[in-house]
Amino acid sequence: MDTITNQTGLFVLLLLFSAGALGSLVLRKHDALSNEWSGLFSIAGSLWGLFFALSVIITGHDVSFAVETAFSPLFSLAFHIDRLSAFFIFVVSLIALFSSVYGIGYVKHFYKTYSIGVLGLFYNLFIAAMLLVVSASNGIFFLIAWEIMSVTSYFLVVYDRNDEGNIKAGFLYLIMTHAGTAFIILSFLLFYKYTGSFDFETVRANAALIPLTVKNAVFLLALIGFGTKAGIVPFHIWLPGAHPAAPSHVSALMSGVMIKTGIYMLIRIFLGMLQPVPIWWGLTVLAAGSVSSLLGVLYALTEHDIKRLLAYHSIENIGIILLGLGSALTFSSLGMPSLALLGLIAALFHILNHAVFKSLLFLSAGSVINETHTRNMEEYGGLIRFMPQTAFFFLVGAMAISALPPFNGFFSEWLTFQSLFKGIAVPDFSAKWMFILAAGALAFTGGLALACFVKAFGATFLARPRSPEVAHAKESRLTLRAAMGALAALSFLFGICSGYLIPFLESIGRDLDAFRNTPSFVSVSPEQSITAGGGFASVSAPAFLFIFIAVFIIVSFTVKYLINRSQRVKIGETWDCGTDLTPRMEITATGFARSIILIFKGVLKPSIQKEIEYNDSRSRYLPKTRTVILGISDVYGSYVYKPLREMITRLSLRTKDIQSGNINVYISYIFIALVIALFWVL
Amino acid sequence: MKMTLLWTIQFLSVPVISPLCAGIIKKFKALLQNRQGPGIFQPYRDIGKLLYKDEVISRDASWIFRYAPYIIFTATVVAGTGIPLFASFLKNTLTGDLLVVIYTLSIGTFFLALAGMDTGSAFGGFGSSREMTVSALAEGGLIFSLLTVALVSGTTNLFAGSGTGMFAIGRSFLPRILAFGGFFIVLLAETGRFPFDNPATHLELTMIHEAMILEYSGKRLALMEWASANKLFIFAAMASNLFFPWGIAQGPDTAAIIFGITTFAIKIIIFCMVIAVLESSMAKFRFFRLPDLLIISFILNVIAIGMVYPL
Repeated sequence: MDTITNQTGLFVLLLLFSAGALGSLVLRKHDALSNEWSGLFSIAGSLWGLFFALSVIITGHDVSFAVETAFSPLFSLAFHIDRLSAFFIFVVSLIALFSSVYGIGYVKHFYKTYSIGVLGLFYNLFIAAMLLVVSASNGIFFLIAWEIMSVTSYFLVVYDRNDEGNIKAGFLYLIMTHAGTAFIILSFLLFYKYTGSFDFETVRANAALIPLTVKNAVFLLALIGFGTKAGIVPFHIWLPGAHPAAPSHVSALMSGVMIKTGIYMLIRIFLGMLQPVPIWWGLTVLAAGSVSSLLGVLYALTEHDIKRLLAYHSIENIGIILLGLGSALTFSSLGMPSLALLGLIAALFHILNHAVFKSLLFLSAGSVINETHTRNMEEYGGLIRFMPQTAFFFLVGAMAISALPPFNGFFSEWLTFQSLFKGIAVPDFSAKWMFILAAGALAFTGGLALACFVKAFGATFLARPRSPEVAHAKESRLTLRAAMGALAALSFLFGICSGYLIPFLESIGRDLDAFRNTPSFVSVSPEQSITAGGGFASVSAPAFLFIFIAVFIIVSFTVKYLINRSQRVKIGETWDCGTDLTPRMEITATGFARSIILIFKGVLKPSIQKEIEYNDSRSRYLPKTRTVILGISDVYGSYVYKPLREMITRLSLRTKDIQSGNINVYISYIFIALVIALFWVL
Repeated sequence: MKMTLLWTIQFLSVPVISPLCAGIIKKFKALLQNRQGPGIFQPYRDIGKLLYKDEVISRDASWIFRYAPYIIFTATVVAGTGIPLFASFLKNTLTGDLLVVIYTLSIGTFFLALAGMDTGSAFGGFGSSREMTVSALAEGGLIFSLLTVALVSGTTNLFAGSGTGMFAIGRSFLPRILAFGGFFIVLLAETGRFPFDNPATHLELTMIHEAMILEYSGKRLALMEWASANKLFIFAAMASNLFFPWGIAQGPDTAAIIFGITTFAIKIIIFCMVIAVLESSMAKFRFFRLPDLLIISFILNVIAIGMVYPL
């Protein structure tokens, strides 16, 4: 394995994706050929990426090298791949692998409408850029990779350009991501000012030179900058627009892995570079995580656009990841590195799990949209009969994201819960109460997520079709089903094998300097029972599965074959109280969530518009049509972003005053500037 | 040998005893209403009768509707292996964690709500919507009330929580009582009792649980009814053993076990009486007043947790 954990291994990886990108552009005249070329190379690249990342994680050999450039001594193509980077390369490659398999079949419906070559170009570049982002170790080089990632993903968001909504969503994404990048640049400049380098290693070694106030500023700048990419509330506004706009296999990548690159840098900077940190950093991250997870799931409940619903769940899950990361930061500030390691393991595990089940959900949503040609859940219904396998895969994803055992989501949420529970016992007053609130937020998030996925699955796949489109739906193609099936299997396997995975995740966490010699608080017994917090809690996935299956088999066998074998089952109609049952009598997605929306109306600010048209305007007894529009007002737009935009506009108008258009005035400006500069120098 | 026997009893007691629990509540309610009422073994006869009946399944139902009763029933039995019943020394470290028990019960809720939506009747859909609303809001109170016990006993294993004794740590008494208040509200919500739901109605305005299982008949209805009895029994057992940890067998000594079973039976009967009195003396709440109750439950538990480690 040592033979590939070197720079050649990385170059082969980048080369495969570049070949995929350029090749599909060259072949752009032939849709099918271009699609297959792009798909094959991204599959090969992803497989190589998995192999490469696993070798680094298992051997623990860092890949570190730099290509000096002639531009500036500050800029070099510096790579440093330690276990943390390798873990993210693993996650990116894993999701890229299945998205690419899915893409080969899925892209077919774009043939002759859009250029497939361009899609292949940006798709491959996008994956390569994400790989660069997590392996770069020079600030400027990192920013270039970050920018390539942002721009390629922008072009993927606006790929379906005939829909005007997509263009708008893409524009908002472009603006938000660049505003975020501005904050990141500022934080890197502060690093440079105090350590004299953009190189992450040098910054880490000289972190002691940075004064505390500057460190605090860096914390806020990085949290906002990377939080914008990760989709932390209130910087999330681009996310529910951009993720649904992209083609579904790209949505899976964006939601599954791209937003995690922001989390990667938060871990890298806060836990890797700037240790030790003040306690309020951790508490702030916990607060951000609590708010994001609760609001994310509440907004998801209000959605009836299936992909926007999933996008809001990404915000929720980023919140859950931040709860793990925030507890890690708090514990390390409190001098409890073992518990901090537990929190970090929980965060890393949830990053992996969320990537798997969220891409599974996006891919199955993509299959549904492909057949029904709408993203509106109110027009689905009864799809389980037309697309039984897709329905099953979506069900697996829904159970995993709702943290139902024995699927993978449960085990990472379980670890997150345990690290929060242990936090409640800390002596520090403010930390204790923050942990109580965070645990409460996570508890409610779990319950609401369950409600939301009952709604999503029920409205999409169950009952009778609510539009004629559904009746024409067919099961999706083989490559699509293969990708979804593999992800569903992974989400089950990662749950059952959580005991095997945790030592790997621990070795990744231990690679950070802060945890180099930390005794572990998570142990796995030979029977695969995970124990967290030094005997505080334990769970065994295989035992749970075994008991569940054993009981299920005994119960169904007894009831079916031992009791009353001559029972007759008649197929009848659903009870309709004597009327004619129509699909309009089923509960809709909006109706399902209405009670929760009204209970949380203080937060969600729903607006209900009722319009009634009467047959006879004088006697208001017989309404002809009745319309109810239940919407959610855009709180962030009206209270955060609109005032901000108005302020910028006012400032710009003010600045316009000094531009009179008169050349003499401009010359006098130059003169004044010169004089001031002279005095400055003297 | 003895341990195998005890584990078999632990496994079987939830499905075997739970209908009795439902029967006792019905009997008490009847007595309070000056009726003679059916015998306490009536739920067994009902389940037995349903198991031998023919079945009608809706044309619109998918496999979710067909398999849900089996999954829900299994989930309650599996959750039953993770809670202390009569012996706290049966430390189940594999599935006895509080989150495992809660989320296993959630599997049941998930499929129950899906089964309610599956037939496409308006009743089922609204029942599911109401059920998920109540259970989502009950989640915080449920986790936090059990967490209070976990923090007092130093482990999230529910068996260990039942073995600490009520006054074992001097200052844990008050948090436990507060957490019990919160847990009791959640118990009523999760098991569909007054003031959340009326278990004895088929009136569309008031029903939650009954609305979701309206389309079931025969064997599947029997399993659904049985599973909801299981759930009631599990919650009653958690309430009596975690918040009033008296008399539970601490070691594999025959006398202690017999004493444990006896006290457990008495505690469960008292709980059934309390529920019966409550259901006979108060009206069902309006649906939109239920969140207030559930938030009260959550706040009680937050206070309880705040008091576990006084500064």
